[in-house]
Parts: sequence; C-alpha cells; structure tokens
Amino acid sequence: MADYDIPQELRYTREDEWVRLEGERVVLGVTDYAQQQLGDIVFVELPAVGATVERGEPFGVVESVKAVADLFGPVSGRVVEVNATLADQPELVNQDCYGDGWMLVLEPDDPAEIEDLLPASDYRQHVKDRAE
Amino acid sequence: MSGLSRTPLFEAHRALGGRLVPFAGFELPVQYGSILEEHAAVRERAGLFDVSHMGQLHLSGRGATAAVEWLVSCPVSSLPTGRVRYGCLCNEAGGVVDDVTVYRLDDEHWFLCVNASNIEKDYRWIVRHTPAGVEVRDRSAETALLALQGPASAALLAACSDIDLGSLPRFAFTRAKLGSSQALVSRTGYTGSDGFELYCDAADALALWETLRSAGAAYGLLPAGLGARDTLRLEAALPLYGHELDDETSPLEARLDRFVKLSGAPFLGGEAIARRKQAGHRKLLVGFELTERGVARAGYGLAQAGAEVGVVTSGGPSPTLQKSIGLGYVRPALAEPGTRLEVMMRGRPVAAQVVRTPFVRGLARVVHKGGSRG
Repeated sequence: MADYDIPQELRYTREDEWVRLEGERVVLGVTDYAQQQLGDIVFVELPAVGATVERGEPFGVVESVKAVADLFGPVSGRVVEVNATLADQPELVNQDCYGDGWMLVLEPDDPAEIEDLLPASDYRQHVKDRAE
Repeated sequence: MSGLSRTPLFEAHRALGGRLVPFAGFELPVQYGSILEEHAAVRERAGLFDVSHMGQLHLSGRGATAAVEWLVSCPVSSLPTGRVRYGCLCNEAGGVVDDVTVYRLDDEHWFLCVNASNIEKDYRWIVRHTPAGVEVRDRSAETALLALQGPASAALLAACSDIDLGSLPRFAFTRAKLGSSQALVSRTGYTGSDGFELYCDAADALALWETLRSAGAAYGLLPAGLGARDTLRLEAALPLYGHELDDETSPLEARLDRFVKLSGAPFLGGEAIARRKQAGHRKLLVGFELTERGVARAGYGLAQAGAEVGVVTSGGPSPTLQKSIGLGYVRPALAEPGTRLEVMMRGRPVAAQVVRTPFVRGLARVVHKGGSRG
C-alpha cells in the first residue's frame, strides 16, 4: 500500500473526511488518501457560514483536474467558519490537507455523533481494503 | 481489470508508478505523478506519451489512393509521399465515423492512424467502402506509438537520432534510427505544442521508450499520461472523438472546415455534409471560458438567461492560462466570440463567454535552421 498520512488524534468518515474536535466545535477537511486519489485539486465549493450540514449528506464539492468528488457531512451541524483561502488556493488541500487545507468549522447539533466516526486504526484499515 | 488490453509498455508504466485506468479497452496510465506537472513539462520542455492503443489501418495496392480519397474528408491525391494530413471518415448522413491522420507511405500505400475505441468500426467501414483490389490491413496490434511532445522535442531527438529530424516540417514524416530502434517519425501530435509521433514495431517499443527517456533526462522530459494529454489537447481545442465528434455530428458543425474538401474530389458523406450546410446547421462547436469560479465538465448544460441552449462536450482547467475552459455545442446564433453563456453546474448557472480557439496559441512554431520565419 502507498504511504498515507493518517494522524492518530483525528476521527474519520468512510468518505475520506477527517474531523478534529476543538472545544465545542469540529474542524473538518479531506484526508491525505483522498487528496492523493484526486490528484491536483483545482476547485473547492463549500457552503456559506450559517448553512447547515447534515451527517452523511453532500455539503460541497472538491474537483481535481480529472475528477469531481462530493464532500459528505461527518456530523450534522451549523457552519461557523469556512476556509475562504481555498477559493484562490485550492492546491492547499494537496499541500497540507490536515492543516492549511482545512475546509469548515462546524458547531455540531449532537456532539455524541463524533463518537460514531472512525478512529485512525479503523480508517487505516478502510483505506487498505480499498487499495487491494 | 479482465478483458483489457495492454500496450507493450505496460510494465514500464507500472514501474514508473503510473496510475493505470481503463481507456478504450486498454489499461493506460492517466498520470505518473501530477497531471499539472506533466502538462507543464510538455508546454515548457518535453513529455513522453505511450499512445500505442491507437490503431493503424493500412490500405495498399492499385486503387488505394483513389480509395483513400473517397474515404476521407481531406484531399489526399495531392499529398506527396512522406506527408500527413488530418481528416474525417464520414458516413452517408454526413456524420463522423472517426477522425484520423492520413499517412502516404508510397504512391499506392497509405495508413490511417485511428482512435483506439474505433479500430474495429473503422476497419469494417473501410473494408465495406474499398474496392476488392485494395488490401486493407489492421496493423494496430503489432504497432506501437510514442508521442514526444514539447518545445525540446527536436533537440532531444537530435541527441539520439541518426538523421537530422529538426528540419522535418510539420505534418511530414521519415524513417529514422533512434538508439537501436527503427521508427517512423512524424512531426505531428495532439497537444498543440511542437513534437513528434514515433511509430515502431511493438517489439521495439520498450527500447525506444528507454532511449527517449535517457536522452530526455538532460531536457527535463517527463513521462505523461492520458490526463495531461486531455488538458493539452483541450487548450489547443483539438476535438476528441466521442466528445466533440460522433456518428451524428457533421465535421462542419465541429468547425473542421479546413479539413473538408467540399469543392474538391467527391468523398463519402460529402453530399450530405454540403446539404446540411445549405440547410443551416442546428449546432456549432464553440470554445468558452468561465468568467466565474468553477470547472465545466462534459455533459453539463449550456444556457443563456436560464434557457438551455447547448451542452458542454469537454471542459477542465487550463493550466497554461490559469482559467477554466471548455468546448461545447450551441445554436449557431450564439457561436460568436464574446457571446455570454452560462454553464449549468450542479443546477447553478456559472457565467462563461464564447472565445476564439485555440485557447492557447503560438505553441507549435517550428524554427527551421537558417530560416528567419518566426
């Protein structure tokens, strides 16, 4: 299997988003596996501050040169921050997907939903299963 | 991926970390690393593509020239041996069976380089419309094709060739020895940049690939995949069969007027093409660029003031222009450059305008030794 960065402290979805808990809020983006699969990212479409995101439902789109991929809500919640830099520099998702390439900050409706997300070890297995 | 063919370079692509995907019945690399880097290599230096999936159909024997003249939309009798022309095979209704490059190997020996997805269809079509005395042979499986594209291509070839290929004009070809491999070297391509296409025996493909890769190291040559091939041809507004061209579309609707001999020798489909022109086309191909953020993709609707007026046939980012560009069909009244359109992106209109094509210009200039053309 190719080498994918899967930080231990984050939680993951089966659709390749990561989530980081910051107090009452969660920060989210796409994983290293997702950005490597997509290749050069040229466009990111995100909801506006104040919009709601539903768990398991598409909330945005990330496009690479060749591919279009939906982004799925890891948990339900309200958008409180959007990484506006990605409009001009979508390549940040390739360069630093867990850092400057973050996408949204949500205020979760039900923080318990976070517990349903995959821990790093399970997500690593999920990546591995698909690579085979 | 059962049932897929492999080119003679399959293992080489795998060793280079190529991401292999199914394309036209073949397993081919869509990219080795970054599509944008492979694209930039071709525009600025050189890129090397394996396009061995493409087909080569040979016509030979007495009457071959007349047969080719009848089969393709471009004039060929006037073409000297050693020259290439681009044209279309057309059906009786004036639609495009395939778009091809036509090579004159000898007085009565020709070959057509055809799209991989159309090899069998073209072969049957050509056999059906060729007199019995002309031999038609499909030599696709035994022929490999590499495309060396980019401004450094000529210098790179000079470093490993036994003859001067830098003075080969555009749309001309010759035989040459490159390293230990014999190849038919053609100054053609599908990127909009200067470059060469090299045909060789399938058995020699790996040696030729390696020769070019080693000579290319000094020029910053990158192996390039189908992804870059598509962004490059889109910037050059070169049509892709199945997108801009199909069995229903007239080559004139696709704006290929330069390659259609309407006032020349009669050809298969020519009458229908002329009749359709006379009646007025229902659609015309245009190039457009987005004036808002987004990426146009094949199949998206084109609209004006909310009303559907056409469809995107190809779209994507232009790495050279740093814009989002596309090709699509619209009603003829909307084909003028400057016309404002909307690309329907996931139900949302995104502003675009019709622009002249090719999107990227002045790339394929060939500077001949001692010449002052520029």
